[in-house]
Amino acid sequence: MSANYDVAVLGGGNAALCAALTAAERGARVIVLERAPRAFRGGNSRHTRNLRCMHLAPTDGLTDVYAEDEFMADLLRVTGGATDETLARLMIRASADAPHRMRRFGVRFQPSLRGTLHLGRTNAFFLGGGKALMNSAYAAAGRLGVRVEYDAEVVGLSIRDGRFESAEVRMPGGNTAVTARAVVLAAGGFESNLEWLAEIWGDAASNFIIRGTPYNTGTVLRLMLDAGAEPVGDPSQCHAVAIDARAPKFDGGIVTRLDSVPLGIVVNKHGDRFYDEGEDYWPKRYAIWGRLVAQQPDQIAYSIVDAKAIGRFMPSVFPPIVATTIRELASAVGVPTGTLTATIERFNSAVRPGTFNHQALDDCRTEGLVPNKTHWAQRLDTPPFHAYPLRPGITFTYLGVKVDDHARVHMKGGIAENIFAAGEIMAGNILGRGYVAGVGMTIGTVFGEIAGRESCNSSRTGGQHA
Amino acid sequence: MPDARNGAMQKAEHEMVVCNACRYCEAYCPVFQAMEQRVTFTPGDLTYLANLCHNCGECLYACQYAPPHEFNIDVPRTLSMLRVESYETVAWPSFAGIAFRRPWAATSLALVVSVVLVSGAARPLSGAAQTFQVRNANFYSVIPHHVMVIIFGVVGLFTVAAIAIGHRRFTRLADPKGPRRSGDGSRYGGSVPHGRAVRDVLSLKHLHATGEDCVDGEEQRRPWRRWLHHCTFYGFALCFASTTVAAFYHLVFGWIAPYAYTSVPVVLGTAGGVGLLVGPAGLLALDRRRDPDLTDASERSLGGAFLAMLLLTSVTGLVLLVLRERPYMPTLLVIHLVVVLAFFITVPYGKFVHGIYRSAALLKFRRECV
Repeated sequence: MSANYDVAVLGGGNAALCAALTAAERGARVIVLERAPRAFRGGNSRHTRNLRCMHLAPTDGLTDVYAEDEFMADLLRVTGGATDETLARLMIRASADAPHRMRRFGVRFQPSLRGTLHLGRTNAFFLGGGKALMNSAYAAAGRLGVRVEYDAEVVGLSIRDGRFESAEVRMPGGNTAVTARAVVLAAGGFESNLEWLAEIWGDAASNFIIRGTPYNTGTVLRLMLDAGAEPVGDPSQCHAVAIDARAPKFDGGIVTRLDSVPLGIVVNKHGDRFYDEGEDYWPKRYAIWGRLVAQQPDQIAYSIVDAKAIGRFMPSVFPPIVATTIRELASAVGVPTGTLTATIERFNSAVRPGTFNHQALDDCRTEGLVPNKTHWAQRLDTPPFHAYPLRPGITFTYLGVKVDDHARVHMKGGIAENIFAAGEIMAGNILGRGYVAGVGMTIGTVFGEIAGRESCNSSRTGGQHA
Repeated sequence: MPDARNGAMQKAEHEMVVCNACRYCEAYCPVFQAMEQRVTFTPGDLTYLANLCHNCGECLYACQYAPPHEFNIDVPRTLSMLRVESYETVAWPSFAGIAFRRPWAATSLALVVSVVLVSGAARPLSGAAQTFQVRNANFYSVIPHHVMVIIFGVVGLFTVAAIAIGHRRFTRLADPKGPRRSGDGSRYGGSVPHGRAVRDVLSLKHLHATGEDCVDGEEQRRPWRRWLHHCTFYGFALCFASTTVAAFYHLVFGWIAPYAYTSVPVVLGTAGGVGLLVGPAGLLALDRRRDPDLTDASERSLGGAFLAMLLLTSVTGLVLLVLRERPYMPTLLVIHLVVVLAFFITVPYGKFVHGIYRSAALLKFRRECV
């Protein structure tokens, strides 16, 4: 460990490995400090599936065309303008060749899907998903002579006059100082730090489920902010979706999602509806439901459908709570029978006639309810009735460190010469709020590559940019 | 052992429910494509999926829920356990299915039976006669042709019947209501895509379905498993062809063995024997290096016993061929025939059946999914 490295990469997900591989390919001596054990390496990248890429012609993995301006428009729409357009456009342009560049490290992509996700035009899918991606990247790291340390938690950073000198690392064998000429911060956000979450959301945070790795505790982010890094992104926001309440506290990943919401109604623990379940297609709405459920008492809600909906949504990994009457369902779920019965009676009598079409924004809606259901509203009248409990599932946090177009970190005294950042820890530069599928992996890949290249250059020049 | 069986079935069902909610592996192989057409999984569905699986292992390494994750998903291993159990379930006669739980014991028993049958049929020869017959490599002086035909004919017919009934039981289990076609969900009535299914079988398409070979370990993609399987399969096919041609020579033309080293039966048999030497030996060696998390122990020992018998068949056959004009020919012949007969006895109750059920599953997949 006492060996002198050119580049130390803090983190072990996609952004970290893109940086490590890019630097190692240019001849740098690289060490990757991954906090997780080997079996859970890869941060939240191990739960991902695709990255968003602009492209001006169909490729083997992407259909049609997805041009820079459309990508930018999508980003402006979801962030409401909370994005650094220079960095965003830099990322979008670099995304065009990203799958091609990743292939040289053994990363494989699958042919465009006809499946349920409708993302074949905008997103390139990793064959086998994010863990397969990370396996390929780690294998490439082995071939390129990158040293990888698992179970290696960074607990301290030595930064003097805006220059990184060494990192203090807690490892199974004891604490060690890792010195390097340059450092890449790619250690993710703080979404698995329950204390930090409680500072922001209070007691409600104890009912949140973390969809990804338990190792994103934000240690490196906090160390950097304490050392004077300029923050970016809303510190009080996280990306949360409504997931099955029975999901494990951490690492439940994709299978804990629940797609039944638009096909029925959602009630809180008092048996009351609280939002339009049919506002828009579920892939465009699932992200707001995390916040909606978080605002309900005890951060719990129940999606209720009847027999007509069964088979119309992606099968869930947890079994539904089943009952033949609404009264039975209420007692099985644990909501007041009277309120739930009244809610469903009111809902049923407010449903207007229409032609149900799950594939379109149809004309099945309610009238006179607060809130109304504006699409896919059908009476809940055909037993058996199914219920699924919902809780907020946190995917990532927005708070990060500000970077420039060389992925260099902005410190209070100016731009750091040998400190670079990539991935979720700096995603707030581009994704100040909101989310669009696969953009996190694009940020990680592109800025990982930039950080790898620039950290390698910096280690050669001593950080003096000509 | 009904508990163990329910264990594998329940584990497979749990895993398919998780996989069906994830679907990241859908581009790897037909198991996941067939899975996506279902919402719930009956024992028949799971049996079908288990036999569709080629046990390559890509999905284990790609799985975010693989052990030590609490969901504990190991599809290749679970399906391999269920596969062996399905062999036992559909075996005929049913009691003989127990052989799948004790493959080495079953093979040993078959060898004992075979020793009794073959040595009982062998004719003791006096010294002078033996010298003459050996010089002419006359196998039928050791065991008369008609005795060989009776023994191997009876065992062969039984084997074919047992396999046919097993196949019928398998398709009934996987398709209780008859073949189904994708799309409208109607019972199958159109043309059967046998041709494409046969190509899938003969090319081992799904051991390199993505254009790259499947894995032996994490990120270790090598063609050896596929090539060695080809050596084994086509070696077996060539040996079978050799015997068929020889029977034709004998019955139609009245040409009596031994045949010259350059004759069609000997060339086919030699080539097949070499395939059955290289293939099984290679697969046995590969299996020792293979990640033990990929395959259930029951399937590994089933495969081991089968490969050992194939290897023994080719070794004894090739030795016999080389030394057929030497004095110990009668002993070598008896040994070879014992091994071959024992092999045929174990065919319906050993790893051989994977080819039958895998082919049936691939045909079903072509009907439903493409």
